[in-house]
Amino acid sequence: MSTSALHQARLAKFARRKRVNILATTLALLAMGFGLFWLFWILWETIRLGYDGMAWATLTQMTPPPNEEGGLANAIYGSFLMVLLATCVGTPVGVMAGIYLAEFDTKSWFASLTRFVNDILLSAPSIVVGLFVYAVVVSRFKSFSGYAGILALSLIVIPVVIRTTENMLQLVPAGLREAAYALGAPKWKVILSITLKAARSGVITGVLLAVARIAGETAPLLFTALSNQFWTSSLGEPMASLPVTIFKFAMSPYENWQKLAWAGVFLITVAVLGLNIVARILTRSKI
Amino acid sequence: MLSTTSAPEKTKISVKDLNFYYGKFHALKGINLEIPEKKVTAFIGPSGCGKSTLLRIFNRMFELYPEQRAEGQILLDGENLLTSKEDVALLRAKVGMVFQKPTPFPMSIYDNIAFGVKLFESLNASDMDERVEWALRKSALWTEVKDKLNQSGSSLSGGQQQRLCIARGIAIKPEVLLLDEPCSALDPISTAKVEELIVELKSDYTVVIVTHNMQQAARCSDYTAYMYLGDLMEFGSTEQMFFKPTRKETEDYITGRFG
Repeated sequence: MSTSALHQARLAKFARRKRVNILATTLALLAMGFGLFWLFWILWETIRLGYDGMAWATLTQMTPPPNEEGGLANAIYGSFLMVLLATCVGTPVGVMAGIYLAEFDTKSWFASLTRFVNDILLSAPSIVVGLFVYAVVVSRFKSFSGYAGILALSLIVIPVVIRTTENMLQLVPAGLREAAYALGAPKWKVILSITLKAARSGVITGVLLAVARIAGETAPLLFTALSNQFWTSSLGEPMASLPVTIFKFAMSPYENWQKLAWAGVFLITVAVLGLNIVARILTRSKI
Repeated sequence: MLSTTSAPEKTKISVKDLNFYYGKFHALKGINLEIPEKKVTAFIGPSGCGKSTLLRIFNRMFELYPEQRAEGQILLDGENLLTSKEDVALLRAKVGMVFQKPTPFPMSIYDNIAFGVKLFESLNASDMDERVEWALRKSALWTEVKDKLNQSGSSLSGGQQQRLCIARGIAIKPEVLLLDEPCSALDPISTAKVEELIVELKSDYTVVIVTHNMQQAARCSDYTAYMYLGDLMEFGSTEQMFFKPTRKETEDYITGRFG
């Protein structure tokens, strides 16, 4: 083939490549635009309607009867308390199980089984968890309670934390572990001071994402903590929470309830957004 | 390169009929070798010949991987370290190791060095400061880091990180220092610094270095072992190995006709 013929062939090939490139880029942009459109619409509606219902009273007063003034204070407190305690229960269990899978037993059938079951739990609908706790705890003690809510939420936290902890520990290069062992460090010291420390930001992110997830869960609380119109600090009693209150209020025909439901949606969205931002900042400083 | 006949030499590590397996793969075949005390011994040979494998048996690093297994004897000061009842941590305090890639721990420069020391000694703050400075001076890093001991170890350059790893290794005062291709990830200037350091270290330590770099072996070692496909082909003083090797294969490898 002469030089000019070769050049012609290259030009033809290149023109085709350019057309395919434009087509693919356009399709990708459209897909992104479609996704973002709904996302921003949801955010916009949340902010617009939620901001309307926001007032000082929303944060300080109890959930009201229909057509009376009130706020979401007890629901905010209940959500905060249950999410906090569920995280405190779920995090150590999840982190330790993750350490076991990544550092002690990576290959045996027991580890594979654990990983498999954990993956099922990870993707199990949360209503299944809620009904499980209802059957095991609530129906046995004949009472809805904050404790049951915490149990259900921590059952959702645990698999998320196990997964992220294991994955993050696996990302730590083997050379780092070997270097620590080469100094004569015992295994527990290597894990605590070196590998877990190197994977710290990833593990914390996993925990924060789990918190963000349970902050918005309704189904597991519906059958466990139920709800409560009044302020209660006793975990033995039914306890109000934001998602369940939103569910109840949004379904009602009363205008003030609907308004409060939107305020609750706004509050949860802002909290989850805040947690995600914190998680982002923490992961930025990688190993 | 130094004349090796001046002082009577004591054997630090003596390898006897050593066989090593990765699962079913026979990686080291009947190795016999005497490593003299307070000298630098280099292992050379093409990739996959088993030189790193041999090095990693000296501190029982291979035991981290259950499918790897060693048979035979390795005597450290006369005691077989493979069957020793002593905790492996105590062996590793005596036999330190520096790896191919620099591996600073996710902590400050100071803590990188203090980490190993704290495992075996309870020093007060001023003694620890002194030890850290000593190790950093010994590894020719002190002047470069003395004003930023609280910064993360990974903020250093590759060459500095590797010297930090050497400092970390000598801070616990081992008797033997194993270096597994310590310069392969470094630029020539850092390499020169590390090589200088190696020559200096042998006044106090027995140094064993694995290297792909023939000149490096020639420059800093007193003894050289040439390995090929799991066999120890030839072992002798570096001078003799480089100038009049007894085996044709050694000569071919060293002169670059093979490998």
